[in-house]
Amino acid sequence: MSDITNILIVGVGGQGTILASKVLAGVVQKKGYEVKIAEIHGMSQRGGSVFTQVRYGKNIASPTIPHGEADILLAFEKLEALRWLSYLKQNGIILVNDQRIDPMPVIMGAAEYPSDAMDVIKSKLQDVSVIDGVSEATKAGNIKTVNMVLLGSLSKVLGFEEEVWIEVMKETIPPKFLDVNIKAFQAGRN
Amino acid sequence: MKKLLTGNEAIARGAWEAGVVVCTAYPGTPSTQITEHAAEYDEMYAEWSPNEKVALEVGSGAAIAGGRAMVAMKHVGVNVAADPLFTLAYTGINGGLLLVAADDPGMHSSQNEQDSRHFGRAAKIPILEPADSQEAKDFTKLAFGLSESFDTPVMLRVTTRIAHAQTVVELADRQEVGLKKYEKNATKYVMIPAYARRRHVIVEARLDQLQEYSETASLNRIEWNDTKIGVITSGVTYQYVKETMKDASILKLGMTFPLPRKLIAEFAEQVDKLYVIEELEPFIEDYIKSWGIEVHGKDTFSVIGEILPETILERMGMPPAKNIDNSEVATALPTRPPVLCPGCPHRGLFYVLSKLKTTVAGDIGCYTLGSLAPLNAMDTTICMGASIGNAIGMEKARGKEFARNLVAVIGDSTFIHSGITGLIDVVYNKATTTTIILDNRTTGMTGHQENPTTGFTLKGEPIKELNLELLVKAVGVERVVVVDPFDLDKLEKVLKEEMAAEEPSVIITRRICALIDKVSDKTPFIVSQAACSGCMRCMKLACPCIIKEGKKVRINTAQCVGCGLCVTVCPSEAIKKEGGANV
Ligand SMILES: Cc1ncc(C[n+]2csc(CCOP(=O)(O)OP(=O)(O)O)c2C)c(N)n1
Ligand code: SF4
Ligand code: SF4
Repeated sequence: MSDITNILIVGVGGQGTILASKVLAGVVQKKGYEVKIAEIHGMSQRGGSVFTQVRYGKNIASPTIPHGEADILLAFEKLEALRWLSYLKQNGIILVNDQRIDPMPVIMGAAEYPSDAMDVIKSKLQDVSVIDGVSEATKAGNIKTVNMVLLGSLSKVLGFEEEVWIEVMKETIPPKFLDVNIKAFQAGRN
Repeated sequence: MKKLLTGNEAIARGAWEAGVVVCTAYPGTPSTQITEHAAEYDEMYAEWSPNEKVALEVGSGAAIAGGRAMVAMKHVGVNVAADPLFTLAYTGINGGLLLVAADDPGMHSSQNEQDSRHFGRAAKIPILEPADSQEAKDFTKLAFGLSESFDTPVMLRVTTRIAHAQTVVELADRQEVGLKKYEKNATKYVMIPAYARRRHVIVEARLDQLQEYSETASLNRIEWNDTKIGVITSGVTYQYVKETMKDASILKLGMTFPLPRKLIAEFAEQVDKLYVIEELEPFIEDYIKSWGIEVHGKDTFSVIGEILPETILERMGMPPAKNIDNSEVATALPTRPPVLCPGCPHRGLFYVLSKLKTTVAGDIGCYTLGSLAPLNAMDTTICMGASIGNAIGMEKARGKEFARNLVAVIGDSTFIHSGITGLIDVVYNKATTTTIILDNRTTGMTGHQENPTTGFTLKGEPIKELNLELLVKAVGVERVVVVDPFDLDKLEKVLKEEMAAEEPSVIITRRICALIDKVSDKTPFIVSQAACSGCMRCMKLACPCIIKEGKKVRINTAQCVGCGLCVTVCPSEAIKKEGGANV
């Protein structure tokens, strides 16, 4: 990898992508990297398509990941994975949550959900990890911790020590929800 | 100490470090969090003002009284605050005054793409443009010094990518600068023509001095590299140029008005080909052209939308990154537009308006989402507060009959912001408009800020809440009805009655925003497959939890908040609380 690692996190408003990126940012900072994050708040929070761009390494200029230069795509939803695929560089890695969330045009029957999303992704990339975030989160004790399951999977790819991740989670997540989040994170990691 | 901060957090921090005592704002993406963060510092008074004009008036009052003050708003907010702004350039300040204007190239969350630099120039005040969070903090602090030494309000212009991007910032302590002496000075602060004429002369002289300052200010700097291509740029675009044009020489402008003419001419002289890369309007470029210097800019880049690193590669003829090609599927993918949340109080109203095929003069807020399919229940959305005036105009042009199936819809925060004057016009000029105030107990769209109708201030102190019923009665509306927007039968009846009445009326639809509702039972509903007849009536509600499956529907229980609106419209009694009887 070059001096900079680019991670694009995409999903649907309300899935908790922001918390995931916060923990990630905390970890890479603790590891001594420079970091820049780009995010858009606003309309997108009402169930729209959301994304966070995390860049860490040395001498980072742009806060956004240049199109086609993402090293890792962490997708919380299949359609969004497909939508943002072109941001990945050619030998990039994708971690995709095997969850389908229908957007309004699909709900109304005005558009069709690409049911072959996973196949398309696999046909284009060698390094595809499919994660069943919903089952893992449910097993961990709260369906809302899908974001931590996915972060756990990402942590395996990035390779920082588990303790650092847990430490940052302790600093970021309210004590009341900490245990279930750690459990979900570990489920994703293992 | 170093910390990862958004541009907005950094601006709030900068104000605190600079000894600011008063921060005011009206919320608006991407500027909102500046003042939310400012409110976290005990040393600074911070308020949500009813609108941007009041925010600037409070801020300038504080500055005239000798304190440092910061006023923040989104780009379109500057339109609202323009009146005091233009004259404040004449009066000057006493304690430093900073106006933060947050532009939104690409319209991530805005109704237009205007470039605030035009406003700074038109008002004749200096403009600073930071390129990351560190600069956002540094420039904020510097702006107060600049404001005080030149006796002028200063504009800090940021864009969404600066406001919401997080980069590392070195923190410092607060410098208590105290209050400057307050002395009555009518010739400076009372802008009657006789005094204003003298002040205008000072404004023009000040601009010359500021121009002189910008020539040598550290805000503007040249980064020499290969001289084949020279790029003049500012704001986040500077970062994109660094990212993509590694060989180019760069003139980075931190101060974009007044421009350092000599510095620019010198830079232009040294490079073979000169570009200005700036988002939105050719602001810098037009000046350079007017000085007779050959330059490329908007012949290569668009005035529309954002400029991103990949835009620069493409427009400058450089090879794009080798990416995964998804073009054959990408165009056919369903879009994912934002929707009213599950349980949103606005849904009931738009369902009925859609059913009655009412003409709806709309406004700006979460409820603007009622304009999208399948509700399709909005005809206009122009700017905050426009709904009521638009409805009056429609009636005046097309006659009273047209107003019999016409309403203005406006949120509580928007009504206070600039709807009240429209309502006064309804009464004063004998229109028969039915105005619906959507009182969801919050300023929803921008992330749930308090406002005068919610009973709390920005700092969370309880206050006496504004009484909408009494307010609208006081302006002369006699027909005032409050309804729960989830009581669909009553709502429909009231709507028909009030639209039929040939006099002004106000309907207040009152129900708390689902995202801040802490008391309702959130147990989800489920659809009994045996009872569902497949009539699809509930689908017309546009609730994202109701999903069509074959000939029947199903509820996504992970997202359903149990609001029960779908139960009201189901003719087959097929929808029941999860875990309840009769399932
Ligand atoms: C002049 C101006 N200032 C701020 C905004 C940003 N803005 C859009 S809607 C809105 C407030 C909406 O609140 P409300 O009217 O209560 O409706 P809700 O979103 O709660 O339904 C704000 C602050 C804007 N578009 N224009
Ligand atoms: S935030 Fe509140 S008002 Fe806005 S769409 Fe959601 S529920 Fe409705
Ligand atoms: S499914 Fe029904 S009860 Fe659940 S949020 Fe939607 S309208 Fe409300």
